[in-house]
Amino acid sequence: MKIAITAFGIAKDILQQKQIELNCDDGASVSEIRSRLIQDFPDFDKLASLRFAVNTEYVGDDYQLNANDEVVLIPPVSGG
Amino acid sequence: MLSKEDYQRYNRQIIIPEFGEAGQERLKASSVLVIGAGGLGSPILQYLTAAGVGNITIVEFDEISLSNLQRQILFSSNQVGESKARKSAERLRGLNPTVNFTLVEEAITSQNAMELIEGVDLVVDGSDNLATRYLVNDACYFLKKPLIYGAIFRFEGQVSVFNLETEGELSPNYRDLFPSPPPPEMVPSCSEGGVLGVLPGIIGSMMANEAIKILANMGTTLSGKLFVFDALDFSTYSLKVAKNSDNPISGDKPSITALIDYEAFCMGDIQPKKLNEITVQELATRLSQEEVFLLDVREDYEYEIADLGGVLIPLHKVVNRVSEIPKEMEVVVMCKTGGRSSKAIELLQEQGFDNLVNLIGGISAWQKQIDPSMNAY
Repeated sequence: MKIAITAFGIAKDILQQKQIELNCDDGASVSEIRSRLIQDFPDFDKLASLRFAVNTEYVGDDYQLNANDEVVLIPPVSGG
Repeated sequence: MLSKEDYQRYNRQIIIPEFGEAGQERLKASSVLVIGAGGLGSPILQYLTAAGVGNITIVEFDEISLSNLQRQILFSSNQVGESKARKSAERLRGLNPTVNFTLVEEAITSQNAMELIEGVDLVVDGSDNLATRYLVNDACYFLKKPLIYGAIFRFEGQVSVFNLETEGELSPNYRDLFPSPPPPEMVPSCSEGGVLGVLPGIIGSMMANEAIKILANMGTTLSGKLFVFDALDFSTYSLKVAKNSDNPISGDKPSITALIDYEAFCMGDIQPKKLNEITVQELATRLSQEEVFLLDVREDYEYEIADLGGVLIPLHKVVNRVSEIPKEMEVVVMCKTGGRSSKAIELLQEQGFDNLVNLIGGISAWQKQIDPSMNAY
């Protein structure tokens, strides 16, 4: 299945674009997506503690994704 | 009690049914702590003052610099080098002389945070670093004070409301959102990553709006939600934030029950190595007496503004250009304020250099203490 990933902040720099599509197994979990991202973009390892949001809600690592889910990555920003 | 002048000054909000006289009286009786009088602080302070919040404490230790003026609209060009706290109070008193201002011209720390926050109704965090954000979050949680959170980076801003008490229960806090900080290089500041000038105007105004709603007791807030805005493509996200049972301050088994060392916390596993350091005064003496290899790790554009005659190798190129740096004599490493130069020293120490000395305070300290005629930025 395909899922969309939208990245903000430094995650956008690491993924080199704001939006990417990922092909993954049906029912893949958030932690599997995290590992995939670290494999494809090694610097993503530095954001390993980042919580994932799916559609409009933060979810846990064992959350299973559905086709056409939108994963949103929002790292902390500190500027003021 | 509202005065006759109050009725005139605040007429346009008093006539709104949801706000009314009661809302104005609440604002007038309230006290707010605003952390940082910078990019976010500029609109926050101006709108809270204009709206008639009765008591405002400004925490700000920094001085106005020319590179602030692109976004920090409280200040003027002729104020470069002056105290942000004092100049902002001057401006704000002109805007609304009925507001009481208290100035705290020091950084908020684990030592003074509880005392500063204890006496106020609400805290607005316009600080510029992650350590302060965790500190303010934890202190507000311990004292059960609502916290208006906002942060910016390039074109993006985040806004939320933490610790809002409803029916005896506090809403989620910063640690529910970001349980632990990523490595420091993953969280660039405005001076490292840049910021569009209008962005803090937008985000800071939203923060002021949340503060005013809570103080006047109207509407619904971003409590339990994170709002994210990207000005580059005008995309917005509003995400639900739930309480995390593993939250170290507010979860089921809290492991942090008092303020900690937040600088160390945000440095994570990185053990800061002891750096050899030199002050600008010592460097001035050394430069006049002997040959010193001065390595400047700032960017080209910064070097054009001001330099000390050092060899320029920007931080991100240092590792690829180690052959240009001598190993047999002492090398003084410098940047704008001492942060990037200490990173450069860490990187070079990994490459076997043991002859490096960090210039404390960088070229900014030199400009202030040795050569005020030098361009500041």
